[in-house]
Amino acid sequence: MRWLWIDRIIDHEPNKRLVAIKNVSLAEEHLHDYIVDGQVVMPASLLIEGMAQTAGILVGTTSGFKEKVILAKITRATFDSDVTAGDTVRYDATIDRIDELGAATSGTVDKRVAGGDAWERIGRIELMFSHLDNNMAGTEFPEHNFVFSDNFRMILDASGLGEFICN
Amino acid sequence: MVMNRDDIFSKIQEVLDDALGVDEDEVTPEASLTADLGAESIDFLDIVFRIEKTFDVKISQGELFPENLVDNEEWVSDGKLTDAGLVMLKGRMAHVEFDSFEGGDRSISKLGDAITVNSLVNFVELKLAG
Repeated sequence: MRWLWIDRIIDHEPNKRLVAIKNVSLAEEHLHDYIVDGQVVMPASLLIEGMAQTAGILVGTTSGFKEKVILAKITRATFDSDVTAGDTVRYDATIDRIDELGAATSGTVDKRVAGGDAWERIGRIELMFSHLDNNMAGTEFPEHNFVFSDNFRMILDASGLGEFICN
Repeated sequence: MVMNRDDIFSKIQEVLDDALGVDEDEVTPEASLTADLGAESIDFLDIVFRIEKTFDVKISQGELFPENLVDNEEWVSDGKLTDAGLVMLKGRMAHVEFDSFEGGDRSISKLGDAITVNSLVNFVELKLAG
């Protein structure tokens, strides 16, 4: 099963914006291998994956998930602060441009520290997604390359967005 | 404000800086997007999006960069651009200088090398002139 790096979608403006959160837990074994200054840290690559899943779902909903969407490029990713166990991460993704070939998204990453109320801006990520069917028709790609697969339905359903999936 | 060629070049430098992560001093007029600046296929889409936004223009699919050539046997044969293909490209893409292609290696894989920073400046200049 593909790992999910978001827990819940909390806001969605169709074709424009999608916001998701992730609660970071010590139960995630990978955290135990990534310790900085004595503190477990969520790797930046996984923060990027969380944004790719958030923005990928946003891009996917524009076509009812009929198009195969693949993360094609990390245009830019900057981080100012680490995320650790107990923190909540919020990904806020916006579509800058989309057409039949692909989409460009930009987004912010915020965190709320354990026990805190305030959100702190910790990063910005720009991504490019490709609509595979329109770019490389006939070429076969492994299923795990896709931004969303069946298990994403779980998140969409839990977040009240099941209506955006075309069956 | 009417943009002159220097203004357009300067903005194209910013576009390529953002899209490809290259330094502006690497973005010379003669620099090839693929051979010199390392652009890959998805970067072309990124560049199209950024030029549209920067210059407030709409770019159709295949207008700035050649697309879907290999599907047409009249234009591409054995992986190389035919005379008819070259005539078609020159007609459709006045912003690209295909001279190096004319008598040299016409492999379709080398076509991207012909697209330079100047090609983008030419394109925007023609586009803004309407």
